[in-house]
Amino acid sequence: MSATSSTIVNLPDQKTARLPKRSYLNNEDGLLSWLLTGDHKRIAIMYLISITFFFFIGGAFAGLIRLELLTPQPDLVASDTYNKFFSMHGIIMVFLFLVPSVPATLGNFLIPIMIGAKDLAFPKVNLLSWYLYWLGGLFTLAALVLGGVDTGWTFTTPLSTHYLNTHVVTAAVGIFIIGFSSIFTGLNFIVTIHRMRAPGMTWFRMPLFIWSNYAASLLMVLGTPVLAITLVLVALERTIGIGVFDPTKGGDPLLFQHLFWFYSHPAVYIMILPGMGVISEVISTFSRKRVFGYTAVAFSSVAIALFGFFVWAHHMFIMGVSNYSALVFSLLTMLVAVPSAIKIFNWAFTLQKGSITFETPMLYAFGFMGLFTIGGMTGVFLGALGMDIHLTETYFIVAHFHFVMVGGMLMAFLSGIHFWWPKMTGRMYPESLSKLAAVTTFIGFNLTFLPQFILGYLGMPRRYHAYPPEFQVLNVLSTAGATVLGVGYMLPLLYLGWSLRYGAIAGNNPWQATGLEWQIQSPPLTENFIEVPIVDHEAYDYEWLAHKTEQEVTTVG
Amino acid sequence: MHISPVLWQFLVKWLNASALFPREASTIAPYADALYFFLLLITVVGLSVVGALIFGFAIRYRKEKHPVAVQVEGSTLLEATWTIIPLALFLICFVWGALLYFRIYNPPTNAMNIYVVGKQWMWKAEHQGGQHEINALHVPVGRPVQLTMISQDVFHSFSVPDFRIKREVIPGRYSTVWFQATTPGTYHLFCTQYCGTNHSQMIGEVTAMTPDDFQKWLQASTSGMSLAQNGERLFASMGCNACHTGTAGSRGPNLAGVYGSKLQLTNGSEVLVNDAYLRDAILNPSEHVTAGYSPIMPTYQGQVSEDGLIDLVEYIKGLNSNYRIQQTLVTSQSDQTAPTTPAGVKP
Repeated sequence: MSATSSTIVNLPDQKTARLPKRSYLNNEDGLLSWLLTGDHKRIAIMYLISITFFFFIGGAFAGLIRLELLTPQPDLVASDTYNKFFSMHGIIMVFLFLVPSVPATLGNFLIPIMIGAKDLAFPKVNLLSWYLYWLGGLFTLAALVLGGVDTGWTFTTPLSTHYLNTHVVTAAVGIFIIGFSSIFTGLNFIVTIHRMRAPGMTWFRMPLFIWSNYAASLLMVLGTPVLAITLVLVALERTIGIGVFDPTKGGDPLLFQHLFWFYSHPAVYIMILPGMGVISEVISTFSRKRVFGYTAVAFSSVAIALFGFFVWAHHMFIMGVSNYSALVFSLLTMLVAVPSAIKIFNWAFTLQKGSITFETPMLYAFGFMGLFTIGGMTGVFLGALGMDIHLTETYFIVAHFHFVMVGGMLMAFLSGIHFWWPKMTGRMYPESLSKLAAVTTFIGFNLTFLPQFILGYLGMPRRYHAYPPEFQVLNVLSTAGATVLGVGYMLPLLYLGWSLRYGAIAGNNPWQATGLEWQIQSPPLTENFIEVPIVDHEAYDYEWLAHKTEQEVTTVG
Repeated sequence: MHISPVLWQFLVKWLNASALFPREASTIAPYADALYFFLLLITVVGLSVVGALIFGFAIRYRKEKHPVAVQVEGSTLLEATWTIIPLALFLICFVWGALLYFRIYNPPTNAMNIYVVGKQWMWKAEHQGGQHEINALHVPVGRPVQLTMISQDVFHSFSVPDFRIKREVIPGRYSTVWFQATTPGTYHLFCTQYCGTNHSQMIGEVTAMTPDDFQKWLQASTSGMSLAQNGERLFASMGCNACHTGTAGSRGPNLAGVYGSKLQLTNGSEVLVNDAYLRDAILNPSEHVTAGYSPIMPTYQGQVSEDGLIDLVEYIKGLNSNYRIQQTLVTSQSDQTAPTTPAGVKP
């Protein structure tokens, strides 16, 4: 039993502790046993490795962008190359990292276990979605290796259809295919959550991580087909000139914007909602308390998913949409901000009267709450019609969505990875080094992106290869921050790798968390549970856990 | 520790040359900044509240101090508080933002019109007197200026940060924005919509001048022909005047005074004749047939440049009578009838 009062970590005696003899990791051996597996946990690990690979490619492009912007002159690379840098950075980070990040890794691993199921509803479809991810990833890599794409991740027509000579169709095919991987994942989650909950696991006993992934899955299934259609139209326009988006043939270039943002705004919620689920789990565990207002947090996820579909035209306020439609979309945008505010306050009040400890996942979660608040509030700047005119298409918007996607989502992802690392691998990560990484990431992130808000208000346009010299000081600060941030992201890669072999044995429940996943061995058996669990308590019921532990001690003792 | 004086000088100069807040150089800028500071205020307050809650609870209820958590279900009252207060603040932002939006995008009626054509990768401004500028725009201070903009190829976006205005410049469609400069000076003009290789070179300077200086500049930069005069020449050389003669029984409708009127079309709809309608009617005539006329006009798609279309639109806008059209027909020597600039205007 742990002796210190400042931590809840409770590890088995390291002298006698061993990893379980049989687990999903060593149940079968050989590469093929991984590549042909139907086990959601193995697929999650394969996804984790894949998205990490793409994250560092996308990150390398971010580094090159910041390096170029160190000086006002376009002196590191040619303009075409620079344009390819930010296009590849966006495409890889959005479609190959952020969208699958939490759902395909943590979601895949945890959703069946958290609801007490043996696997996802369609294990083979799950494996298929990983292969589709890689097929799409290979097309994207092919586009990159063959010379890159310079459309930006937004594929704006008619630039992408008529004016660029790069591998637009190859990249579009890649994203089209990845879209199906995301549709299949969403479908799998929805069916699993509806049909495969253990006896007693009612909707309102589910962990909030399940609720938020459920909401994100709805968005994936309903939104992604629209992106697929849009990309098909872009490819057809480019290859045979069907003219849907071409004004000289009677098409409408704004139609593309509508279609693209009809997916790409909900996509933002696909990216952030699962992250919010992670934060709910982590905050509850490290304050030993039920999440404040469980129902409100659960329904706010669904509300975000619902409203998220009706705000897309806020990306088009300056594009000559009718003033009255702009009014409607601005109002709806303000409404979608409310559920996010509710979540932030509910998490804050979960801390109240808790018994709080500050392990790495909690530090990342605190980082998330601060940065996501800034990201959300600056979203209100952009949702306010008149303010949007000055701020859109500048570095303000770049800073805003990086606060949400990187400050929010990536922090949540890292929080979740640290939190469930002992469950996935059976070993602990090194605590002090990972705290250092969390703090480094937070400082580096703020140094990188806070100056960009000021640059944005000054009017520095996004996607600029060169900029007026008076913007240099802020850009140098931003690049310096990016360097720190880079270190912050390299550290986990190194020490998590180290911990696979040398980390302390974690035991079943190092955090003494309440979720079903913590009541089984780490790493889990292939079939997850030895017997089907029967759920007779609500989520985050720490009294149930204390009672259960007491009983075990009595029975064993 | 010793720092080289040269390096020191460099650092001081470098820091002094950096910008932190844009200049307020239009009548709109103070309104935009007021909303900005309000938004900044609620962000700081919101962030402080969240920060205070997190840090306060984290210190007060850390495990050393508070070893056993007290379970709380939730509180409808508290949750209602943090639903209603943010909602109210966001709604204030919505109303304020909407008011600002309508202020920026609804030009006053007395605004002076300048046409802007965007293309990869340059801005071309055309004043009514025929003055053309590339990657530059000269405007008088103290007078509302409306820009009627169109792109010849891809999406561009016309942004003058010091004026706090921006508008997308779209292929095949006029978009407008207006401003009134307040302080003479030169200001950055950026294309903010990614438009291909040299996107970051699609920049220019807006020069705001006192009205006197602006008049001098206009006179010094004249190209000899106003937009309407260019339009008249095009009107004749493309044979528009053969049908739009303005006489009874002509094959095309009378164009004199048509601008600003309501027009009945053969498909039953009624349209307001503005710049965009005139442009569309030249390019897609079969979709814009005036009631009582047959759809015989051919399309001019691909035959007139955006600049030419602007000239034609500007010509038709100013057409009060058909006298000159008929004169042109009589002589049928279009290039000779185009009037030259009066001698006095020449530099």
